[in-house]
Amino acid sequence: MRHRSLLILTTSVTVGALTLSACGSRDDKSGGGDSGEKTTVVIGVDAPLTGDLSALGQGIKNSSDLAAKTANKNNEVDGVTFEIEALDDQGQAGTGQQNATKLVGNQEVIGVVGPLNSHVGQSMQKVFGNADLVQVSPANTAPELTQGPNWQKGQKKRLFGTYYRTCATDAVQGPYAAQYLYNKRKLKKAYIIDDKKTYGAGLAGTFADEFKKLGGTIAGTDHINPDDRDFSAVATKVAKSKADFVYYGGEYPAGAPLSAQISKAGSKALVVGGDALYSEEYIKLGKKNVEGDLATSVGAPLETLDTAKTFMKNYKAAGYKLPYEAYGGYAYDSTWAVIQAVKAVVEKNDGKLPDNKDEARKQVNEAMRDVKFSGVTGEVAFDKYGDTTNKQLSVYEVRNGKHKPVQTGTFQES
Amino acid sequence: MHGLPDQLANGLALGALYGLIAIGYTMVYGIVQLINFAHGEIFMIGGFGALTAYLWLPDGTGLALALPLMILLGVVCAVLVAIGAERFAYRPLRGGPRLSPLITAIGLSLALQQAVWAFYPDAKKARPFPQIGGADLDLGLVTVSREDLFIFVSAPVCMLALGLFVAKTRTGRAMQATSQDPDTAKLMGVNTDRIIVMAFAIGAAFAAIAAIAQGFKTGEVNFRMGFIAGLKAFTAAVLGGIGNIYGAMVGGLVLGVAEALATAYIGDIPGLEQFGGGSWKDVWAFILLILVLLIRPQGILGERLADRA
Repeated sequence: MRHRSLLILTTSVTVGALTLSACGSRDDKSGGGDSGEKTTVVIGVDAPLTGDLSALGQGIKNSSDLAAKTANKNNEVDGVTFEIEALDDQGQAGTGQQNATKLVGNQEVIGVVGPLNSHVGQSMQKVFGNADLVQVSPANTAPELTQGPNWQKGQKKRLFGTYYRTCATDAVQGPYAAQYLYNKRKLKKAYIIDDKKTYGAGLAGTFADEFKKLGGTIAGTDHINPDDRDFSAVATKVAKSKADFVYYGGEYPAGAPLSAQISKAGSKALVVGGDALYSEEYIKLGKKNVEGDLATSVGAPLETLDTAKTFMKNYKAAGYKLPYEAYGGYAYDSTWAVIQAVKAVVEKNDGKLPDNKDEARKQVNEAMRDVKFSGVTGEVAFDKYGDTTNKQLSVYEVRNGKHKPVQTGTFQES
Repeated sequence: MHGLPDQLANGLALGALYGLIAIGYTMVYGIVQLINFAHGEIFMIGGFGALTAYLWLPDGTGLALALPLMILLGVVCAVLVAIGAERFAYRPLRGGPRLSPLITAIGLSLALQQAVWAFYPDAKKARPFPQIGGADLDLGLVTVSREDLFIFVSAPVCMLALGLFVAKTRTGRAMQATSQDPDTAKLMGVNTDRIIVMAFAIGAAFAAIAAIAQGFKTGEVNFRMGFIAGLKAFTAAVLGGIGNIYGAMVGGLVLGVAEALATAYIGDIPGLEQFGGGSWKDVWAFILLILVLLIRPQGILGERLADRA
């Protein structure tokens, strides 16, 4: 009897463990070796491919894949074939760091695209910094990732020379929303909620500072747990505060039910947030309760850019099952930036990458500084902190179940 | 304290939901002294069962027609999984060391979660759940959303039915007997195996109803929803006195109201601004749990732990 229970116990634990590890394991096959002349290099992609934020993550993965395939098809870099190795960070800092270590360990990896979440980016920076492996994030918007923890006091300091990003930061995104709401919408009374994560709290902070500076009043502030789905108590507080709108610093998985429950609590307040609310999933989850809600996103709407139209056409033609979502264009440009850096190194070294892999990584990272091209989201280039020089932002409104652009512009200090 | 009636209503709705899930913990514990940590996942499977029923119906089916079917399929899925878990994961370990079934429960919980993640279509992210819709009901003092109405109706009905079942029917009395002394109950001709399965099934059915209520409340079901809900419901069961079905509901209500009030008012107390709001509500709820257990270790309605444990 004892033996039998022990057997069953072990089996069930093993089954549980196997099921878990099955989600994480990927083939560790390294490319290369198929043809004599061509070198194959791998571009690592890290994003939440499962879990709440997978809609955004899968869009990033597919778009990076498209960029690599396009480069291979057009023979963008002579003698080099690109491959994608996509890892799932589930939106968790710890998993992201493990993935970073794994990518550094794979000698074929020449550059990394990702991650989605700022707090995950924070955990990966040092690993890549130590390995001289270049990282371009399509979606990290927390300012401290490039400008150091004291950026708000004006003491900007770049911490990791290997970190770049193609999207604008919350240092402009929050204030841009504040200006739009105060000046254009004439809304003066805000209720501010955040989810305490690097991204959410940072965004809510920059928004509140600018909104107060403009003369707006803050009816109340609250913080929620991003894993909760019952926000009825917070919603009632918002309704009783008679705020004109709620600024939510956080992501759509909690943002959509929050907005829906605020409507159900009898409040007319619309919910405004950053780029992490700019997802089709937000509308799918919140249904008609999120009608009229606003979200800012970095860059101009893809539909209006000529460079983006080709991207959208190719994305469709490639037959990916899931949409490219908010960061598809940025992921494509991030991947393209890595490809361009590889190209610069290859051209400098008489048509091939340095044989020493560490040396190759180092040179690609150095080449990233001078990368400049016309990408899906506009002109792509980086300043001395690794931030994009493209500071365009847009405001979107949910109308009839779709995000419609209502304003595009460049942030001006008030 | 403005908005107090509304906040109480929020707390009661949330608490009734916790209470319904807590019944499952408390019944199983009362009869086999097992903390069924996979119960949160049974709850989640109930939610997905109900969603399946809804998706399976043609588009545009009125909710009045869909709801009974959703409840039916949700309950059937949850009960089947619970019975299977009892038969294949717990029964073989009965009589073994007390820790073995506990570890099995944790393993089972992970396995069920990942199974839904892997095999339910598109369940890797939150799936939208149908909404009742329509204007909120204004009851004078409080406004109640139509989604919350479901839990306000279903929780009392379930409790009443369970109370009558346990007190009045033959099987119910056999259940009480098994809980008091399984060996003697067996000698008296009670089929204890059947009673144990029954306890798992009733708990699962209630959890499925709670999952539908949560689906209405938050507009979604996702594969991780069972973890937090299960933890809260377990807390509610302990708070009310584990092993006591009325205690589970009382514990749930106390916990729900405590969370709502902590979210709403702790921040207004001078000096505690830092500790108010939605992110601290769990801390306050657990402080309450510790205080209650310090004064009444057996829980609010708990009885003395007889001669076992």
